Amino acid sequence: MAVKDYLRERFFPQIWCPGCGHGIVMANMIRAIELNALKKDEVVVVSGIGCSSRMPGYLDFHTLHTLHGRALAFATGVKMSRPELTVIVPMGDGDALAIGGNHLIHAARRNLDLTAIIMNNSIYGMTGGQYSPMTPFAKKATTAPFGTIEHAPDLMELVRGAGATFAARTTTYHAKEMIKIISKAIKHKGFAIVEVMSQCPTYYGRKNKLGNAVDMMKGFKEGTVPIGSKKKANNPDLIERGIFVEEKRPEYSMSYLELIEKYRVETGKVVRR
Amino acid sequence: MRGNVRFMQGNEAIVEGALYAGLHFYAGYPITPSTEIAEILSERLPMIGGKFVQMEDEIASMCAIIGASLTGFKVMTATSGPGFSLMQEAIGYAIMTEVPSVVVNVQRGGPGTGLPTSVAQGDVMQARWGTHGDHSIIALTASNLQDAFYVTVDAFNLAETFRTPVILLFDEVVAHMREKVVIPQPGDIEVVERLRTSVPEGTNYHPYLMREDGRLPMSDFGGKHRYNVTGLVHDMWGFPSSDPKVAYDLIHHLVDKLEHRADFIARYKEHYTEDAEVLLISYGSSARSALQMVEDRRKRGVKVGLLELQSLWPFPGKTVRKKCVGRSHVLVVEMNMGQICQEVKKVVSEPEQVFLANRFDGVLISPTEILQQLNMIQGKGV
Repeated sequence: MAVKDYLRERFFPQIWCPGCGHGIVMANMIRAIELNALKKDEVVVVSGIGCSSRMPGYLDFHTLHTLHGRALAFATGVKMSRPELTVIVPMGDGDALAIGGNHLIHAARRNLDLTAIIMNNSIYGMTGGQYSPMTPFAKKATTAPFGTIEHAPDLMELVRGAGATFAARTTTYHAKEMIKIISKAIKHKGFAIVEVMSQCPTYYGRKNKLGNAVDMMKGFKEGTVPIGSKKKANNPDLIERGIFVEEKRPEYSMSYLELIEKYRVETGKVVRR
Repeated sequence: MRGNVRFMQGNEAIVEGALYAGLHFYAGYPITPSTEIAEILSERLPMIGGKFVQMEDEIASMCAIIGASLTGFKVMTATSGPGFSLMQEAIGYAIMTEVPSVVVNVQRGGPGTGLPTSVAQGDVMQARWGTHGDHSIIALTASNLQDAFYVTVDAFNLAETFRTPVILLFDEVVAHMREKVVIPQPGDIEVVERLRTSVPEGTNYHPYLMREDGRLPMSDFGGKHRYNVTGLVHDMWGFPSSDPKVAYDLIHHLVDKLEHRADFIARYKEHYTEDAEVLLISYGSSARSALQMVEDRRKRGVKVGLLELQSLWPFPGKTVRKKCVGRSHVLVVEMNMGQICQEVKKVVSEPEQVFLANRFDGVLISPTEILQQLNMIQGKGV
């Protein structure tokens, strides 16, 4: 099917600014879903609040637009009740790492089979350009007029430490790589996280004089390298792309089903197998 | 009634009521004095094929049960004051998206960390107005464990009937004391199941399109109909709208669906009220002391009675107003600074004055203290 066959076009036009990277992520997420040969009825998309979180409304899947930062908590309820469904959680960097940081850590720790796609544009876009936990040191925002004195974490290291069994990073420039990575993340049985560096020319780009959307995407091309590239040794400022974590560990909803299987009451007595 | 007679703790009676009503998914976070509910369910739910998840906080707990309820299951969470505060935003989301859910708040002393292991009834107004924006809510309570069982079943029934979160506002004394409970046989008391849409698969289903009788049939999320759910003001498709007409109709619907059915939701018990000159009004564990005081006075021939409220929200104003007419004195007994007393004053014009007997220091109000207050207002001295 074509990308548009997965869209609810009657709810268009979408709210994103011209040049925003989130539309690229939405299209590539659809392509990744199709690569996995998933039917529309098998896919649930759960989001929080923010620019990127408006994505589910435009998609012809089961879609749940929830509270700021809480998408993973809602998704936990959905996935635990219906483990057979594929649950994808698009999030923004403020949504996932500031207000939702606790839920991110614990979803990773449980290894519940959710696919979190964090669109990292280094800014709170919907509220007009405030600095986020992912705004790099010294970069400007409406609440950091002199440059932020806070430090952004390395998201890949953060979720590795929390216990995510799949963690990868890509950018809106690397469209084909993004499709491959999201597709793998969806296939992965366990908590998967994909960080997509996305451009916000309207706020982050303008505040930091990074040019238009094309200039910002060129910045992703020039500022990133595949994991293990020799270029990184000469230039430590380059950001690595690719799959950082891919491990097998018991998945939470399956472990729970095993527990039920073991302790389910039969004919009034607990049968311990 | 046929049934299984057992001696148990209040929190256990709440669990039994929830399981009787069909609870399938529970998410919660440990907090005194409600923790036993989570402990017992962590064992009982997997035994019946249900799910228990200990979440990272109360916010996540409330969010998780909303997600699970949407997929078609009966859900509950339990907490106490501080956790109830954290749940408020998500309770508002459940109101806005009309997701059936049950929230137990075993009240303890507050504000802040307050008195974690002591009794209080200070969350009555928080249950009503804790979440932001215009809305209505159902809150039920009970003074003994048999009633705690019944109102818990009732809470699930009302949640399904009205597609709304229902608050079970118990208190530390009811949750932690032990007494006899008769658990009815399946089928002995009514259990309301979810109203599901008859719209066939492959046909457009509108999650927020009202039927002629005002009800909105649900379709299990992730099932045969694909639709959108949002906490934003939304149209019948469940899609965000900022159309003033859509907003007006939606807010009216959310409030009216409960306020217009306040009589149907009203639950109360009368003890010795028929010929009572003095009427006490109370609820939860303070109603036990009030009832004791009434029975003690009756032995001496004093005409005093008790109206025990089991539904606090929507406030059963019509009932309270009617029951107060013709009494010489009305005395509200509660363990806060007069949260229900204010509601009683709003609706009662006869007798002219409504009095309050209360404690809010973590100690259960005693029958003697209620009597002393009554003597005082009757000019008999202490």
